[in-house]
Amino acid sequence: MNAEPMNRTGEPVAAAKGEVLLSVEHISLRFGGVKAITDVSFDIRKGEVRAIIGPNGAGKTSMLNCINGFYHPQEGQITYKGVRRARVKPHQAASDGIARTFQNVALFKGMSTLDNIMTGRTLKMNRNFFWQALRHGPAMTEEIAHRKVVEDIIDFLQIQHIRKLPVGKLPYGLQKRVELGRALAMEPELLLLDEPMAGMNLEEKEDMCRFILDVNNEFGTTIALIEHDMGVVMDLSDRVVVLEYGRKIADGTPAEVKADQAVIDAYLGVAH
Amino acid sequence: MANATAGQADTFPKLLMRNARERGGRVAFRHKDLGIWQSWNWAQVADKVRAYARGLQDLGLKRGDKVAIVGYNRPRLYWSMAAAQWLGAVPVPVYADSVADEMAYVLDHAEAVFACVQNQEQVDKILSIAERLPRLRHMLYDEPRGLRDYDHEKLHDIGQVIAAGAEALKASPEAPAAIEAELSAGSGADLGIILYTSGTTGRPKGVMLSHYNVITAAEIGCQFDGLTESDEIIAYLPIAWVGDHVFSYAQAIIAGFCVNCPEGPETVIDDRREVGTTYAFAPPRVFETMLTVTMVRMEDAGPLMRKMFHYFLGVAKKHGENILNGEPVPLGGRLLYKLGDLLVYAPLRNRFGLSAIKVGYTAGEAIGPELFKFYRSIGVNLKQLYGQTEAGVYITMQPNGEIKADTVGKPAPLVEIRIDDNGEVLYRSPSIFGGYYKDPEKTAETMTADGYVRSGDAGFFDESGHLKIIDRAKDVGKLSNGDLFPPKYIENKLKFYPNIKEVVAFGQGHDYATVALNIDLTAVGNWAERNNVVYASYQELAGHDLVYDMISKHIDEVNRSLASEPLMGGAQIRRFLILHKELDADDGELTRTQKVRRGFIAERYAPLVKALYDGSTAADISTEVTFEDGRKGVISANVKVRDAAVYPAATGAKPVTARAA
Repeated sequence: MNAEPMNRTGEPVAAAKGEVLLSVEHISLRFGGVKAITDVSFDIRKGEVRAIIGPNGAGKTSMLNCINGFYHPQEGQITYKGVRRARVKPHQAASDGIARTFQNVALFKGMSTLDNIMTGRTLKMNRNFFWQALRHGPAMTEEIAHRKVVEDIIDFLQIQHIRKLPVGKLPYGLQKRVELGRALAMEPELLLLDEPMAGMNLEEKEDMCRFILDVNNEFGTTIALIEHDMGVVMDLSDRVVVLEYGRKIADGTPAEVKADQAVIDAYLGVAH
Repeated sequence: MANATAGQADTFPKLLMRNARERGGRVAFRHKDLGIWQSWNWAQVADKVRAYARGLQDLGLKRGDKVAIVGYNRPRLYWSMAAAQWLGAVPVPVYADSVADEMAYVLDHAEAVFACVQNQEQVDKILSIAERLPRLRHMLYDEPRGLRDYDHEKLHDIGQVIAAGAEALKASPEAPAAIEAELSAGSGADLGIILYTSGTTGRPKGVMLSHYNVITAAEIGCQFDGLTESDEIIAYLPIAWVGDHVFSYAQAIIAGFCVNCPEGPETVIDDRREVGTTYAFAPPRVFETMLTVTMVRMEDAGPLMRKMFHYFLGVAKKHGENILNGEPVPLGGRLLYKLGDLLVYAPLRNRFGLSAIKVGYTAGEAIGPELFKFYRSIGVNLKQLYGQTEAGVYITMQPNGEIKADTVGKPAPLVEIRIDDNGEVLYRSPSIFGGYYKDPEKTAETMTADGYVRSGDAGFFDESGHLKIIDRAKDVGKLSNGDLFPPKYIENKLKFYPNIKEVVAFGQGHDYATVALNIDLTAVGNWAERNNVVYASYQELAGHDLVYDMISKHIDEVNRSLASEPLMGGAQIRRFLILHKELDADDGELTRTQKVRRGFIAERYAPLVKALYDGSTAADISTEVTFEDGRKGVISANVKVRDAAVYPAATGAKPVTARAA
């Protein structure tokens, strides 16, 4: 199905809008005897918002963890920008342009919003430890450039008022926004969002939707997100893949997926 | 020379050019963007505004056209006003948080042909009502974010319009002279601005002010408080409000001081601290919030800190005001106050961003005497002024050294005041408005034949010549037994408690007075946390019995105070309830300047009002709420009603009836 030509050289190829950026082929993931994912295949196209939905325990987060190299599937393969990856480490995935946020916010609680987002720039900093410790000359110039990017993100996410506050003190909705900011600071090509709207009230959700759409429109970032709120999924995403008990049960546009009998059964339960 | 120039400079764009000549290098505007204060000096601003005017002209803006200005305080929106005025067009600032329907009314009524807006949110809002605005030809925006894919046939980036204007001015040798001619064609008598009043009653009315009106008003204030080009102000109040227009636009241009635009509404306190404003203007609400936040935080401080804080606040209460007013204070008191200043007051002022403050004004609504005295006692020269849009702001203001918490001061320079037979305050001055836009009927109702304006407020002068405002003239009502019932007076007394956010008093034509109120979620929420009161929502907290007990104590104190005042004893509160939802401007319950709309609320909450008077102890209610995007939802609740004790008038000792609900 995903007849992407095999890239012999192993060099990443830049995908144009609409081309396949990442494809997942016949992935299976087991933890001992527990099958988390069984033979799942789908692809993510450049510039789209791809939603992964499914009931609790369907293997959605495991899927994201496979994509960014946190888990290593026993079977199947992942092709990213034309390169087939065997075992990839999370930091390699990050330097390849895959950024993510977590279901349970994973920020440095004692650090300010600004510093947290600045950590997202770590991979882009070129000066070595010596220069950075000196904090003068080239390291300073570099820091100013990175600060500019971070300030743009702060402006973009409208979190100026919490710039200097420690994130541990912030309400949950804002922490989620800071986490998105940190992921954006990596200037990713593929952004993985694990339940970006969990635990938010309606207004926070609407804000978050707006930010996700803006990220997609303004920066052209490809987004894969896990979300439970069906309204959000239908509004945001271009294509949806549905998992249930580690298997793919549907894949298509939001409208197609919504009409799919298997999906309805999975979500609403089915009479036996 | 200076005089001759001042004589010519009779419009704001002309004054702007004067500033560019006389103090071109001084900073005129600052805007905190991307974490850094970006600044423009007067020469740069004048250049930008001239280029902008040319850009607008090329888009087809003509003399007499109306230009809507919508958004938060941004330098380019202020420049939009100046650029429109340059061409003889009339800026019409609109409240940025108005819902689409309200905005449609104002834009349509004002016949706006251009709209200069802040961002995508406002663009979307106006696009959603575009079919009701056939006259609107072009829309200009300040922040391009999210707007890239929009159809740009009628939509323009302000930055690009300015750049195009600058190009056009360079392109031909005649262009600069032509744009200068547009400038000199304007005169002080021209209509300068239309400010829509917030509309406590009915639809908003467009108050027409000429350049001359606004210049006169602004000069009154500049002279009264000795404002100079070295002053700093932070612009954060709605640009559609006359206060902001006079303080952040008119006076800044006349005195030549710097206007600082914060990053956003949430950062105002921090930004103010960074700038160190010398001149401030805020409704009581702003001062109240600052104090509430501080008090709440102090509750979480260590015991030693808390003790020190409260001890020195006590010292300040005793001596602070006297020291500020220059009255005699014993040496011991002076020394203690000095120590307190070092340990508490100065850091506190610094926190509030009021370290460098020369004079601060509060207006718009009555301020609580406690709140007012608090700021004065820690050394902030806070004063009250009484003003209206129709007056170009100033009617009365408090001169230094003559500050009283319960009056609004003496008539401002050039203002004459007369009290009508029914107690209504009438005023006349060179800065009063030229009428309501397209509404001669309302204008005739408001203006008397001899040129006085009816303020609509009832008040009287006390023995020292200070004006005291009681209430809206038409709102001062009577109970069925003929006793006076001043709702706002009662409401304000209650609102001075930090636990109470909003109050509506009922009683007109009834046997006794009652109130419905909103608790303050910050203050009561903190109290709940400390007292192990569990709640999930405003509604739940508001209905809590312990909260009712607490509010009941406040009501009791207010009743004692009313009983001790002449004529007010009859207006004591017999019954009260706590509303299940917060009153909101989006639901039409408050005006955009956050004043309660009593009549509307009485209608909307009719079952509750009925319960207040039929003796029942609870009532069911369901209300429709409107979200900011216009969608609607329903909240329903069972609201409890409680009785309150009343005291014999003018003695104020023991309760006459004491019933618990």
